[in-house]
Amino acid sequence: MITAIRKPMEEIIASVDSYSRILLVGCNECVTVCGAGGRKEVGILSSALQMAFMKSGRTLDIREITLERQCDPEYVEELLPHIDQADVVLSMACGCGVQEVARRYKAKPVLPAVNTQFMGASERQGVWAERCQGCGDCLLGLTGGICPVARCSKRLLNGPCGGSTAGKCEISPDVDCAWQLIWDRLKELGMEDRYEDIISAKDWRTSRDGGPRKIIREDLM
Amino acid sequence: MKTESALEKILAAGHLAVTSECGPPRGAVPEKVRKKAEMLKDVVDAVNVTDNQTAMVRMSSFAACVILKQMGLHPILQMVTRDRNRLAMQSEILGAYSHGINTMLCLSGDHPHFGDHPMAANVYDLDSIQLIQTVHKMRAEGKFQGGEDIENPPKMFIGAAANPFADPFELRVRRLAKKVKAGVDFIQTQCIYNIDKFEKWMEGVRERGLHEKVHILAGVTPMKSAGMARYMKNKVPGMDVPEEIVQRMSAVPKEKQAEEGIRICVETMGRLKEVKGVRGFHIMAIEWEQKVPELVERAGLLPRPKV
Repeated sequence: MITAIRKPMEEIIASVDSYSRILLVGCNECVTVCGAGGRKEVGILSSALQMAFMKSGRTLDIREITLERQCDPEYVEELLPHIDQADVVLSMACGCGVQEVARRYKAKPVLPAVNTQFMGASERQGVWAERCQGCGDCLLGLTGGICPVARCSKRLLNGPCGGSTAGKCEISPDVDCAWQLIWDRLKELGMEDRYEDIISAKDWRTSRDGGPRKIIREDLM
Repeated sequence: MKTESALEKILAAGHLAVTSECGPPRGAVPEKVRKKAEMLKDVVDAVNVTDNQTAMVRMSSFAACVILKQMGLHPILQMVTRDRNRLAMQSEILGAYSHGINTMLCLSGDHPHFGDHPMAANVYDLDSIQLIQTVHKMRAEGKFQGGEDIENPPKMFIGAAANPFADPFELRVRRLAKKVKAGVDFIQTQCIYNIDKFEKWMEGVRERGLHEKVHILAGVTPMKSAGMARYMKNKVPGMDVPEEIVQRMSAVPKEKQAEEGIRICVETMGRLKEVKGVRGFHIMAIEWEQKVPELVERAGLLPRPKV
């Protein structure tokens, strides 16, 4: 899923300071799961903003809506009855949701209230870690199911580098060495010899380097 | 001979090769490069010129290599894949070769996290093994990485690094085998302090016959003080400094520690000379280049052969 964390409160307050009518929009998908921008967080942010405005002697008209999916035009349409009563939309969805709202309501400023992080998985309650960079040409079959593009700090396709120490990356003892994980897994699978197959230079065209990407599925149109 | 490289000639003639290192300055001060080069001239066969080492901005390796070349030294162009994509790296190889630079070292480089621009984008279009493949393809097939023909392809003598002390140890011979498969000609190792572990690694290298396919130069770095020994032991990733070395450095008075460091380094080279498959030395005297002539002399490696 896509992970996000809420922006610092001071930054959010400063960004909406010149408005008095806010439409605060959450999303019921990924940002709900990672506790950044679901119904609950929308409620909390709404109260915090009202308090901040009250403190400076101003009133704030804030409406809260949490859409099923903010990256989907069908659900973004549900904002239509509310949009004219707001000076600004404050979105708690990932960057995809923010942009979908901006695309639909061209005359309305849309501000992000979260920082979108990465595509990741939950390691345990309250912990998410990056797993995929969406390179567009999956290598996981070659690397024991562990992605070096997303999980090696140098995205080495033929690691580990000389900085791998006791299973950890040279940049921090809190970061696992992806190539140690790959090697351990190859051993578990009895595929040690696969390590010596050189993974050749990657064609990054399938990644962001080839320009913004789009999927067109005529069978679903 | 695959190339015109002086280092290749030395190795092909069966001599123990000696290389050293020149870290370019953090400023447009060519005289600093010349000063370091003067200290190394005629005492080593070739000089590595580092490429933004420790991820700190410095004069480019290529520019400093040209200065060395003009002074009659044989520079080794270091190239890390951290800062540039494959277009920039190949164009620099063409440029370097056009200035008579025919030896290079392919590295991934330290992560920007360690340097003075930790906020920089981290390129890694290629990794070190893919860079070896690229340079090898330029030489052997006369083609760019993308497949097009090169007019007068550069013939680089291709080096790479190996760190027998990083983890997992069991991968370290296999990773060397990958570099050999990619087309590397010579290897310069991480600084060796733990000789037992290095010998164990070399045993694995010999078992697979890799020492006959690639020239291995053993890396050494003299230590200036007990503080430096402790720092390298505790703080530098992938460095293995046994406690005995730290103890030995600490046991002598401060003003004699530098001499003790030199002595340890000379002893290390003496022992490494006996290790089958070691084809020379790479002396990394970091900001201590003036000690290189003495080290080479005391290791019994002077005068350098003329090839």
